[in-house]
Amino acid sequence: MKICRVQESVVSTMKHPTYEGLSLYCVVEVDERGEDTGKEFVAVDRVQAGPGDVVLVMQEGNGVRQLFGVQDLPIRSIIVAIVDQVHVT
Amino acid sequence: MKLGRVIGTVVASTQYEGLEGVRLLVVQPLNTALKNDGPSLVMADAVQAGPGDIIYWVGSREAALAMKPTFVPVDAAIVGHVDAVGSRDVTPRFEERG
Repeated sequence: MKICRVQESVVSTMKHPTYEGLSLYCVVEVDERGEDTGKEFVAVDRVQAGPGDVVLVMQEGNGVRQLFGVQDLPIRSIIVAIVDQVHVT
Repeated sequence: MKLGRVIGTVVASTQYEGLEGVRLLVVQPLNTALKNDGPSLVMADAVQAGPGDIIYWVGSREAALAMKPTFVPVDAAIVGHVDAVGSRDVTPRFEERG
């Protein structure tokens, strides 16, 4: 999983039917100190995250299909946790 | 998944079985600021996108799952149109459409 910061929401009306009812956010990867790495992508939100939140993003399609309990789901990136603290020794 | 802008179409008359009728579009990946992010790619279209549209797309095995029937030989597929990013409306104006 990757630590990311939530940026802006993505508004979409015409979409693949499996994306109905899901919220999408632009996220940017951050390092363990919270600095942006510049790698940006779009992720589905399952934990009610919002802009500015530091989150954990899973990028594994099979894991997403297990979470949703659906086969043939074309979703790869999903926000699975809101990070409170990262401790690096 | 990533954002992208559709910049063209691809015509291929000889295709692997299962790809007949699948629209192939040239897409420039974008970052959140809608600036170019990496080289352009050819993608299968699952949502009737067209040149000028801002879209989001999915890669690898999930791209094949977006198509009907699934498991056609594609590794990138467009799965939605973007209307707005945050409060910015990104729908193309009429004259920008191809």
